[in-house]
Amino acid sequence: MLSENERKRIFSGETEFHQLVRKEETLIDAANIAAGIFSPLEGFLRQDELASILNERRLPDDTPWTIPVLLDISENESANIMEGDECLVTDPQNNITALLRIEEKYRFNKKEIAEKVFGTNDPQHPGVARTLNLEDVFLGGDIDLVKEEESTYDRFKLSPAETRILFREKGWRTIVGFQTRNPPHLGHEWIQRTALTFADGVFINPLIGKKKKGDFKDELILESYDRLIKDFFLRERAVLSILRTDMKYAGPREAIHHAIMRKNFGCTHFIIGRDHAGVGSFYDPYAAQDMFDEFPDLGIVPMFFSSFFHCNKCGGIANEKTCPHGEEHHIKFSGTAIRESIEKGDCPQKELMREEIAEILLADKNPFVE
Amino acid sequence: MKKGEEKKFTTVSIPTPLFQKIQDRIKGTGFTSVSSYVAYVLREVITEEPDEEQPFSKEDEERIKDRLRALGYLD
Repeated sequence: MLSENERKRIFSGETEFHQLVRKEETLIDAANIAAGIFSPLEGFLRQDELASILNERRLPDDTPWTIPVLLDISENESANIMEGDECLVTDPQNNITALLRIEEKYRFNKKEIAEKVFGTNDPQHPGVARTLNLEDVFLGGDIDLVKEEESTYDRFKLSPAETRILFREKGWRTIVGFQTRNPPHLGHEWIQRTALTFADGVFINPLIGKKKKGDFKDELILESYDRLIKDFFLRERAVLSILRTDMKYAGPREAIHHAIMRKNFGCTHFIIGRDHAGVGSFYDPYAAQDMFDEFPDLGIVPMFFSSFFHCNKCGGIANEKTCPHGEEHHIKFSGTAIRESIEKGDCPQKELMREEIAEILLADKNPFVE
Repeated sequence: MKKGEEKKFTTVSIPTPLFQKIQDRIKGTGFTSVSSYVAYVLREVITEEPDEEQPFSKEDEERIKDRLRALGYLD
């Protein structure tokens, strides 16, 4: 956080700073760096850090890190910016988010970034497309947060410092992080409850940010989880808090990144399901789980869940290891099927989603991102 | 090779019989060399314990607890 003297220097108008107007994703990255969610990063990546992440999946000091956090600018913008300059990073309304001390201005092959992060250069992959659309120049250097952008969901937003104190006050020693970008169906709830049988608490941490067309709207994800926790969990065993960041759809690399962020929040364990952070059929459904084998030093324990289903014969949720019955007795937790039911204005099957959750989704005339 | 792409490796000596044992052990595993196995084991061993609680001042801690109470996270 910015010192009082630095704050005065910025707002007194006596010092001239370059101004960089950035899109929301970059401002959120800056806030996440400052809050310690991206710890140990203290700024936007320099070139050697980017190369190390792409080639080794680690920072130059060997710390696991898999997803680049970049600040890109156009050639035109870069013309007046020199290494050693200080820049104010602002939103389009000139609200200052951060002070960036530019250590490096560099170019990097965007195709190489895309291919190494996403394992493909197919422009149909949303992460590849976004990477190829980045501007051509990158700025690396430490940042100080000046003022975090306010969001509608601040009531659900906790920093790592806050969650660590919260977990300690609750007396939790083992905390399982649960990442989500959907309203809860009964399969999610089963995973959370299963994890809770081993841990002291569950940290439900929905990802709020830019999503794909057709995803459920953020406010509905929050409202439905809030309801679930209030009515169906022990209050002292579950915490709901948002994480403002974009899905990159980088599959295995992003699963590691998600785990690192939850470690920073104070989680000791992190749930990895089937096709974590995947999109389409770009990744093997268990590739994300496999990548954890390469990181014995992650500092957070992954809890792997395979696919599961409701079995009519078992009379509950089961998986291939626990259920002896044939597929004809199984109802799959299909996000597509749930979406289709909601789109039609119908409640999904009672084996898939609680009526109380479905009601929240159905009450919204347009529950999906357009 | 671009800046930052150079590999930063160094040499560590281990007894030859141990090297041979590791060579046998990694056959048929995902490890492609004794070096990659040794690096894996060392990373596992030196993984730091979960970070110690950040040293918060009393004021900071109270401020955070007040916010947590106001938001309904703490009683």
